[in-house]
Amino acid sequence: MKQLIFNVFVLITVIPCFWVAFSTNIVHAAFSLLFTLFGIAGLFVLLGADFIGIVQVVIYIGGILVLIIFGVMMTQRAKMLPLSVQLPGRVLALALTGTIFGALVLVASKSLWPVASPLPEPAPTTAAIGNLLLGKYLIPFEVASLLLLAALVGAVLIVRRSIGGE
Amino acid sequence: MPYSLASYLTVSSLLFCLGMYTVLTRRNAIAILMGIELVLNAAALNFVAFSRFLQAVEKSAQLSGQVFTLFIIAVAAAEVAVALAIVLSLYSKMKTIDVEEFRQLHG
Repeated sequence: MKQLIFNVFVLITVIPCFWVAFSTNIVHAAFSLLFTLFGIAGLFVLLGADFIGIVQVVIYIGGILVLIIFGVMMTQRAKMLPLSVQLPGRVLALALTGTIFGALVLVASKSLWPVASPLPEPAPTTAAIGNLLLGKYLIPFEVASLLLLAALVGAVLIVRRSIGGE
Repeated sequence: MPYSLASYLTVSSLLFCLGMYTVLTRRNAIAILMGIELVLNAAALNFVAFSRFLQAVEKSAQLSGQVFTLFIIAVAAAEVAVALAIVLSLYSKMKTIDVEEFRQLHG
């Protein structure tokens, strides 16, 4: 049963991913990204990471993807140009990424990972993650919050200057 | 595909490579941004998969991978906000979002 659910989520993740990379329509690519991100959230939950799965849905699908689709629609009237580079560039990129994929899969399958067996039962993680964030990882947590604030202010400033400064 | 660490690593390798292909071949700035999201998600999936499958020394070490995934998601949110601000600002100046048209820093 777990096997079946895992395969379904892998398919939900992987198949739309090809649309993101190869589609000639940017709106299709953006909506395919939605399925990929949702599939990854499902894979997180299957790994016993319930909190991360919810965060993935709320922030990636609810925030980042909406921003991207918003950006796509804002720039729809841009000069219509081909979405991808010319053919020689694409073949070169395909060869490069194909080689890297082969190497990564080889390493992943041939390495002897010290996998825990049997796997520990998944437990609720939210409280433990909260304790870690405000304990061991307090400084990275504060730096991340500062980074978010700086990004927010910077984004507003960039857009304001370009639109208001003319 | 069996439910195993190697399957998870294969899926995340595929996500990483498709993301890299997207970044390398797209000319639309927002499509490149989608490729970056795929690469970041591949890294996040690796962190969570390793934290689940590898023998943990202690309980807190097992959840460290998930905490790092939270940081990845926070950085991705910051990155996409700034990137879209830059893209929209370039669009209002140059009426295009084709990265091959952006050749000068001072416009």
